[in-house]
Amino acid sequence: MSNDKVITATNLTKKFGDFTAVDHISFDVHKGEIFGFLGANGAGKTTAMRMLCGLSLPTSGEATVAGFDVYKENEKIKKSIGYMSQKFSLYEDLTVKENMEFYGGIYHMTDKFIKEKTAFILDHLHLQKEANTLVRSLPLGWKQKLAFSVAIFHEPGIVFLDEPTGGVDPVTRREFWNMIYEGADKGITVFVTTHYMDEAEYCNRVSIMVDGRIEALDTPSQLKQTYDASTMDEVFLMLARKATRVEM
Amino acid sequence: MNAVIVENIIKTYGKKKEVTALNDISFDVSQGELFGIIGPDGAGKTSLFRILTTLLLADSGKAMVDGYDVVKDYKAIRKRVGYMPGRFSLYPDLSVEENLNFFATIFNTSIKENYDLIKHIYVQIEPFKDRKAGKLSGGMKQKLALSCALIHRPSVLFLDEPTTGVDAVSRKEFWEMLKTLKEQGITILVSTPYMDEAGLCDRVALIQNGKILSINTPRGIVDSFSKPLWAVKSSRMLPLLKELLQEDFVEDAYPFGEFHHVVMKDQSDEPLLRQFIEDHNNDSAVLQAARPDIEDCFIALMKN
Repeated sequence: MSNDKVITATNLTKKFGDFTAVDHISFDVHKGEIFGFLGANGAGKTTAMRMLCGLSLPTSGEATVAGFDVYKENEKIKKSIGYMSQKFSLYEDLTVKENMEFYGGIYHMTDKFIKEKTAFILDHLHLQKEANTLVRSLPLGWKQKLAFSVAIFHEPGIVFLDEPTGGVDPVTRREFWNMIYEGADKGITVFVTTHYMDEAEYCNRVSIMVDGRIEALDTPSQLKQTYDASTMDEVFLMLARKATRVEM
Repeated sequence: MNAVIVENIIKTYGKKKEVTALNDISFDVSQGELFGIIGPDGAGKTSLFRILTTLLLADSGKAMVDGYDVVKDYKAIRKRVGYMPGRFSLYPDLSVEENLNFFATIFNTSIKENYDLIKHIYVQIEPFKDRKAGKLSGGMKQKLALSCALIHRPSVLFLDEPTTGVDAVSRKEFWEMLKTLKEQGITILVSTPYMDEAGLCDRVALIQNGKILSINTPRGIVDSFSKPLWAVKSSRMLPLLKELLQEDFVEDAYPFGEFHHVVMKDQSDEPLLRQFIEDHNNDSAVLQAARPDIEDCFIALMKN
């Protein structure tokens, strides 16, 4: 694996009033790495991710994403990354093609690029026949694959995936992960959160957040060894149960 | 006695009935059973629950809940079932306690009368009883919704995807609450897209595209997986998977945690797989026999 660090965080912290949502987290993510960002609900994952995506200013600490500073260059960060969340990614009342044109336009891609890329994605996902279908009427699994393709439409170096695979069948879930692998193979860095612990195993390295801090960070096999566990599920439960923060 | 009987239920949507949500579904649930409906989004789980809770009419077929017909006796059923929909459906601008009180009142009962049933759940949110429901965290909303669904002491409880989007710790806690409820004799039907939750049910129905793929105990489902299953890994997982899928003796191969699972066409092909792994010695390949779990079964049933 290359040593280019595409994400660096040093003592990154975010406070809301007296509440420290993210508490001095430090880690690096390398180019082409699939980095799993795990934690129970309320552990601070979303807040941390928002800072890395340039959507929220840290209270203290340092971080760079794609070489840009999260305090001063957040607009440049937004252009360099892709983002997909299960909750929102595509416009339901636009067609498949319109969604791609819209995202391509937002990222200032040329008409030629948008046209070629759209054709390529439709072909790759076998969605040619659905080009003019409203996204609303696509099955969830297709939507998720399309959303991932749209998130990397402008060929960003990093893509952030926030619980991308919730609710789909096990075959579709694996097809989705296959797309992630292919992306990583091409050098895209993947930063992914999930509640499926078997998916944690598909990551090159995994961090587990508890009460705003990174409690563990390593390869899945090393984590299992360290915590004397046979699955990532056990590792996760062992660490997440240490949480003392009262869920509000 | 059966708490739920479903016979040949068909439900379609659209002007021309172009979408089939439930395609000739039949099953029974015994009294006191914890029954899981396991399947992905769009499988038909919510349509099924809405039919059984008398909120939706089937196109055809018959269903009984607690001895009553879902069409003729809908009023009787509504008094006897508890329903927790997939989407948070309490009043966000009422407090925790007001919500619970409201549901108790419309069922002509009181919190006091049935407190013993919800106590183990409600104590966890009681410190926040004056907070508006809309301001609760996901885990607390879920506990309040479950308390509200139980406050009239239903005989059958329907839980539609109660653990979707919930982290692994809260999921475990939720299933522990269900176990306690089951001990009190309540029949529970619970739907989930998480295959690993199947093992916590007495019996499960695996459902996909409106069809039931299999109904059995979790053990029974796993035991019916008839093909030899192996787990392999190497330092190059993606190429390994592609190469496996090209081999004639491989029926199917897919990522499974840190391994790939390999479904073999025939037991007698084991030497071929061993040879394949030996050829990958450079990549420190590992081969071991694997025990199928519900997800392996679901994948096999889906592809058949």
